[in-house]
Amino acid sequence: MDNAKHKALTILIKAGKQLVLPLISIVLVFIVSSVILLFSGHSPISAYGAMISGAFGDMGKIADTLGTATPLILTGLAVAIAMKGGAVNIGCEGQLYAGAMAATITGIFVKGLPAVLHIPLCLLAAMVAGGLWASFAGWLKVRLQTSEVIVTIMLNYIAIYLTDYIVTYWIKAEGMVVKTPNVLDSALLMKLYPHSRLTIGFIIAVVITVLLYWMLKKTVFGFELQAMGYNRAAAETGGVNLNKCFMAAMLLSGALAGLAGAVEVLGVHKYFIKGFSPGYGYDGLSIAVLGQNTPIGVAVSAVLFGALRSGATMMDRATNIPGDFVVILQALIILFVATPGIVMELRRQGRILFMRGKDGKQA
Amino acid sequence: MMDLLSQAGVLFSSAIRIAIPIVYGAMACMICELSGIVNIGVEGMMLAGSFGGVLASYLTGSAWIGLLFAMAFAMVFALLHGILTIRFKTGHIISGLGINLLASGITTLLLVSIWNNRGKSDAVAGLGTVQLTFLKNIPFIGEAFGNLSPLFFLMVLLIIGFWILLYKTVWGLRLRTVGESPKTADSAGINVTKMQYTAVLLCGALAGIGGAYLSIGDIGLFARDMVAGRGYIAMAVNIFGGWNPLGVLCGGMVFGIAQSTQFRLQGDNFPVQIVQMLPYLLTILVLILVKNRARGPSAAGKSFDRAEV
Repeated sequence: MDNAKHKALTILIKAGKQLVLPLISIVLVFIVSSVILLFSGHSPISAYGAMISGAFGDMGKIADTLGTATPLILTGLAVAIAMKGGAVNIGCEGQLYAGAMAATITGIFVKGLPAVLHIPLCLLAAMVAGGLWASFAGWLKVRLQTSEVIVTIMLNYIAIYLTDYIVTYWIKAEGMVVKTPNVLDSALLMKLYPHSRLTIGFIIAVVITVLLYWMLKKTVFGFELQAMGYNRAAAETGGVNLNKCFMAAMLLSGALAGLAGAVEVLGVHKYFIKGFSPGYGYDGLSIAVLGQNTPIGVAVSAVLFGALRSGATMMDRATNIPGDFVVILQALIILFVATPGIVMELRRQGRILFMRGKDGKQA
Repeated sequence: MMDLLSQAGVLFSSAIRIAIPIVYGAMACMICELSGIVNIGVEGMMLAGSFGGVLASYLTGSAWIGLLFAMAFAMVFALLHGILTIRFKTGHIISGLGINLLASGITTLLLVSIWNNRGKSDAVAGLGTVQLTFLKNIPFIGEAFGNLSPLFFLMVLLIIGFWILLYKTVWGLRLRTVGESPKTADSAGINVTKMQYTAVLLCGALAGIGGAYLSIGDIGLFARDMVAGRGYIAMAVNIFGGWNPLGVLCGGMVFGIAQSTQFRLQGDNFPVQIVQMLPYLLTILVLILVKNRARGPSAAGKSFDRAEV
């Protein structure tokens, strides 16, 4: 009994310690970004006020926040899984576009299937497309030691222009707007809350989070992946096939990013249009950093980022601050969370000040 | 024959224009990585340079003050990258990505604050071009070099200067030692931290000039995210150039010539998306071509800690 209590307490303390850094970092982020807002002539209070009411104002807005978080959970997981294996996948945006296009094509041209088959088929197509897109970078790295960092970035631009080309020249819908026709009704993801972005995609994302948590904890692949990320040489000595493991990590990562594109297209837009993603793939990087590459942490961070994004839409409309302001928030989050040294330095300085104050009183 | 030569000259001059910002960016990457700091943030530093140049040119009316400001603006971001990676030992890639996001966000925010426009700034005074009239009658040379930005001539000087600095001076040897093995450098009495900060600041200045070329050196205004991946392309060109100023120049020119030839050959009825995709495809191709022959400084990407044995 006491033992169980003790165990629960240790786990709680451990979780608490893990949370301290992200939480302090977020507070710092809001302080620094307020200063930036003040300097550029905007009021931080009205900015954050608009953001909070835009993200959590009523049930519909909360549903939108969770709906926006859906692709973000998946791209965040995509980056985190790659990072676990020591791979840097900055190409989620491109993989997301590749996946979205594959899902759209499957959604439009595969006819006569019931939704229970059509939706999984579209999602699978997206995962294959995203996975292959990422694997190309993985393959170049394994075969030629080409930096996956630069290649995945280049593949982002290529995917965005390539899908735009496909839309413009191959499957453009009638009319002035350059977009594809709507996908069939049987491919659409069901809404969980009427007139919102929240669809069963959110449930899929949560299930995948749990699956990845299990995979990292309990499977051989999960273990090998983390061993590779922690120390390549030691993992190889221990019998991990590094090339295979690296390829698998990139494939899985790309598949998750591709899936993110699919849930966005099949759930929110119903068609593919250029620029449908406001940088969900790049957000995945910040989310993975904030969630410290753990699946649960990523999911929670993604909801926070979902709130930032849907709050920013409101802020954009209600104030004259551009929605791109969230990009600054994301940058600061990355920098602060990835730099625990700053928080530690602040604590040290704070302690020195505190001690001085104490000495002063005594004297 | 003369006609062909003059056409080649025009082509070459457009290749140079494409190459200028990329060569500056690649030199920035080069100097930074030689000191052991991987810098994916060059993209953001160039963007800061583009913006700083336009802002100062707008406020003072002088594009040359704009150029100085572009360097200063980019150096602020470079210094941030330096403090994070050198002092706080943040992962170099993560820090660089943060810099890129920060630069993109801050420039967009300021764009709205200053010009009340989300897409682009007002037109400002540009640096103009250097007219070399005495070259006018020489075939090829006249078209190629007769009407280029002053930043091109600065670039040539800087490439020669950096080549001498890196390979003919003690400082250059020290810098390369720091990137190759900071521990050795440290035990030889070299101040690793100071060398790295110097390199990062030089990197910022170079990236700033490259960014300024895009704005005040070319179209005379700032457009949102106008660097458009050139910083990343510059990283690849630096690898292609083997971390050597002369190699970087060659890499940049190969890139520029390939790009401008493509523009030439395609004509009007070619899909614009394919044309836009080419620089990025070309970059991957370049990386495939240099393969594993390219080897940068051994210690690049690892933060140096004196206390660690």
